[in-house]
Amino acid sequence: MTALPYFIERIAAGFPSPAQGYLEAPLDLNQLCIRQQEATFLLRVEGDSMVEAGIFPDDILIVDRSLEASHGDVVVVSLNGEFTVKELRLTPTPMLVPRNSRYAVIPLAEQACEMFGVVTFSFRAHHPMGRARG
Amino acid sequence: MFALVDCNSFYASCERVFRPDLAGRPVVVLSNNDGCIVAGSAEAKALGVKTGMPLFQARELIRKHRVVVFSSNYVLYVDMSRRVMSTLATLAPAVEVYSIDEAFLDVSLIAPGELQPLGMTIRERVGKWVGLPVCVGMAPSKTLAKLANHAAKTYPQTGGVLVLTDPQRRERLLARTPVSAVWGIGRRLGQRLQELDIHTAQDLARADCRLIRQRFSVVQERVVRELNGESCLPLEARLEPRQQIIHSRSFGEPVSSRIAIRQAVSDFTARAAESMRAEGLCAGAISVYLRTAPVGKPQQLFPHSARATLSPATTDTRVMVRQAVQMADALWQAGYRYGKAGVMLSDLEPGGREQITLFQQDGEGKQGKALMDVMDAINRSGKGRVWLAGRGMNRAEQCVWAMRRAHLSPAYTTRWKDLPRAR
Repeated sequence: MTALPYFIERIAAGFPSPAQGYLEAPLDLNQLCIRQQEATFLLRVEGDSMVEAGIFPDDILIVDRSLEASHGDVVVVSLNGEFTVKELRLTPTPMLVPRNSRYAVIPLAEQACEMFGVVTFSFRAHHPMGRARG
Repeated sequence: MFALVDCNSFYASCERVFRPDLAGRPVVVLSNNDGCIVAGSAEAKALGVKTGMPLFQARELIRKHRVVVFSSNYVLYVDMSRRVMSTLATLAPAVEVYSIDEAFLDVSLIAPGELQPLGMTIRERVGKWVGLPVCVGMAPSKTLAKLANHAAKTYPQTGGVLVLTDPQRRERLLARTPVSAVWGIGRRLGQRLQELDIHTAQDLARADCRLIRQRFSVVQERVVRELNGESCLPLEARLEPRQQIIHSRSFGEPVSSRIAIRQAVSDFTARAAESMRAEGLCAGAISVYLRTAPVGKPQQLFPHSARATLSPATTDTRVMVRQAVQMADALWQAGYRYGKAGVMLSDLEPGGREQITLFQQDGEGKQGKALMDVMDAINRSGKGRVWLAGRGMNRAEQCVWAMRRAHLSPAYTTRWKDLPRAR
């Protein structure tokens, strides 16, 4: 008796797909928005102090605590016991600048404040579907 | 060379990351059911609040000093722990997660002069990235690293980092450490050692290894060797496969109805099954136990636990709940008040090896698995939960058997609706 091999896999009889070898992973927003996952926190925006920077109430901020904050960054700091999102200016003197002309600049010299992290992205739902999910 | 990294007042510190208004204020965290204090910030400890203290005993202190009280928010602590551990993994080649707030690192490849700076970097990085304060102890053995860590916590002049390589320094630290505070000794063994005139860690380090092995065991002999700087306990970076998964809870109120017990057991089984599936395991046996109230007092009836074999081993919540509820029904007796119940899944094995039995309907296992996948996906999404109807219609936190968690903080890092807010 002769043993014959039996293949479980199906063998395609036609030409191999021309797309073979071109498979790439689908785009992943995490990969784009999150560089240091363990240091990344999400916060929800309250109020309109940053509307001129395109940050609106209910937007979600991606905050990376591993980054060093520098001049011009949008940052989250804790100020008087609550988190606030503002633009950081280091010159001529350290201050937090709201991006809404109706709000006053906050000089940092006289305030007890602590850096929470640097805002790397902000995003907003433009459709009710997105609001229901997040 | 080992480093032990331990978070300071971990639970309280986690709560404070998202509550900047609590900086410098005393904070305590309560056990499951809000029964006693399981963690306190340094400010709370300074006021005399002790871990293990029942809440009612601390009430006066809490009121007088406006101590901020939280129920245990394990969802938050587990996520913060994961962040700490993966931050540590950016700084050391191997990390052994020892508990929710402690990890051993392998620092053997670090030059002696670089150990102290590495310790500082660890502290800074975890502090900056995750927002949690940690202390670092380094030494040639895990037992000494543990002692060094404790010293780093206790003595502020260490700056939170203590490298215990200098023999004289080690002797001084051992001399002022009571033997019961040594890792792996504890109070009861400590008492027995004191009968042998061994009072401090230094006495134990100088004890005769053979004598200790004869009187106690090879485990304690290893402690002696480790205290002398000889490493006997390697880094266990690879986690042992789990032997069992337990979900047990004290009830918010004592429960006497059979229906409520059934519902609780059904809920606990479903939760245990969910975490089992998350680890890719299936269960070959399930046990249920009931405790009469008050918990901790002698049991009023016997038997209070039962076990059933699951053949074939299963991942299917429906199969496990059916068994668990049957056992709960058999254990339950009218006229008793129950304070606690638990479910244990054991004889765990990798899920892929599920065996097919002779009488199994074809496709039964496959459908069950597909259903469980869907349930898990919904329950993990944070948008709501689905469960078997036998658990009752109410949300778990509204059931009579639900845990008391009156001071629960939001799940800041895992639920969309709970995100911290910035103005």
